[in-house]
Amino acid sequence: MSSTVSILPLRVQHLAFEANGTQLLDDVGFTLEAGRRTVLLGPNGAGKSLLLRLCHGLLRPTSGKIQWSAGAQRATRQQAMVFQRPVMLRRSTISNITHALAVRGVAREKRKARAESALEIAGLAELARRPARLLSGGEQQRLALARAWATEPDILFLDEPCASLDPAATHYVEALIEGFHADGTKIFMATHDLMQARRIGDEILFLHKGRLLESGDATAFFVQPKTKEGRAFIAGELLW
Amino acid sequence: MDTFVTAFAEAGALLVSFDLGFLSIVGLSMRISLTAVVLACLIGFPLGAIVALTHFPGRGAVTLLLNTFMGLPPVVVGLIVFLLLSRAGPLGVLGLLFTPAAMIIAQTILVTPIIAALTRQITSDLWIEYGEHLRSLNASPLGTVVTLIADARYSLATVVLAGFGRAIAEVGAVMIVGGNIDHATRVMTTAIALETSKGNLSTALGLGIVLMALALAANAAVQLINSRAQRRAALA
Ligand SMILES: Nc1ncnc2c1ncn2[C@@H]1O[C@H](COP(=O)(O)OP(=O)(O)O)[C@@H](O)[C@H]1O
Ligand SMILES: [Mg+2]
Repeated sequence: MSSTVSILPLRVQHLAFEANGTQLLDDVGFTLEAGRRTVLLGPNGAGKSLLLRLCHGLLRPTSGKIQWSAGAQRATRQQAMVFQRPVMLRRSTISNITHALAVRGVAREKRKARAESALEIAGLAELARRPARLLSGGEQQRLALARAWATEPDILFLDEPCASLDPAATHYVEALIEGFHADGTKIFMATHDLMQARRIGDEILFLHKGRLLESGDATAFFVQPKTKEGRAFIAGELLW
Repeated sequence: MDTFVTAFAEAGALLVSFDLGFLSIVGLSMRISLTAVVLACLIGFPLGAIVALTHFPGRGAVTLLLNTFMGLPPVVVGLIVFLLLSRAGPLGVLGLLFTPAAMIIAQTILVTPIIAALTRQITSDLWIEYGEHLRSLNASPLGTVVTLIADARYSLATVVLAGFGRAIAEVGAVMIVGGNIDHATRVMTTAIALETSKGNLSTALGLGIVLMALALAANAAVQLINSRAQRRAALA
């Protein structure tokens, strides 16, 4: 959370992504406001990871617009992403965080303190000196979250952060996400897990085969989905 | 068999006698090969990283060249450097032929492709793993290269030692451009060749033992680094 004004809302219009002649995302449009937790829900292969990467600037859209409410430079600095398989540098746990801070241009004397408080929050303070790649899957994902948190983003992209975690580790990660949210960071999380979407989502974007079929209030979506694909997904009948 | 045993005994005596001529040969070998490896690293690390991380026309051809040049025959490199540095050659005015500088140049040319090609491979593998994270952080090109080289440090240390092993053991290039001049450009490998041809097997063998010991030390260092890295799995 920067002291200055947020880079949100994010406006996405007529977004399309095509690769090798296949339309993987087609005419996707939505607006992300600060505050509420947005869950990008959809079955495997719907295009959730693609959409997150496009929004975060890791991929270029074939057509369409992705507009932040801030200049490009500030917009890139004020966002962070946690991947499904966390990227762990071949360094100690704490160095994984100080490295990210250094890349982001945080002054040297501030890095250690900020990294330590991030580790504290993620329950990793004891493991600060351990090589990050020797941490368990759950610990690695918590480190990835702590690292993202330390860079103080306005918005955090999460791509199925719990997909390969057991229930206890999932619970821990979800609690951290909750903490980010309480702190004022916008959460934009992709998941295929209906139960997780119910637990975390304030609003739902429902993606199916590269098309955004529904978007809006989470309760409304779960109680009364507008599309037959939405109904089928909630009933557990939509397998792909 | 008898000569072999005598040679060994004489070699041992030579080793412990700290013969000055003998030591200066070993010292010159080390100085030339270490300098060449340092220069090759200064060129090869950034070159390998740039080829791995950037897209430019002809990148595939450069990769192919680097990989091919890893196995350059030392005599051919020696010949080319000789032609360049000889009085009639384009760099003849420098007057470097038959000096240690010429030998350093030849060994640098020999080792640089090894360092560059292996650095390219190592950094491009690491980029596959780190790329999205570093791009997500919006790391600068310099920050990216520094991160990748720092995190590949164990593998790169192995590469450096491999380069040193190649430099210290080769004879063809230093023989041609150095000329094996006593007290000036005589190194271990050229001295071994000379002493053998003169029939001074004990001196040749003594030098051979030192050379083997250095190669052994370099390989032991590689192994130590690897096992240390494996123990800390994860930093490897
Ligand atoms: N960079 C890419 N280039 C081309 N095709 C891609 C790329 N990324 C993903 N895809 C394809 O797009 C489709 C959607 O993938 P993805 O976004 O990973 O789905 P999800 O995250 O919803 O499971 C898949 O068929 C996948 O193979
Ligand atoms: Mg995905």
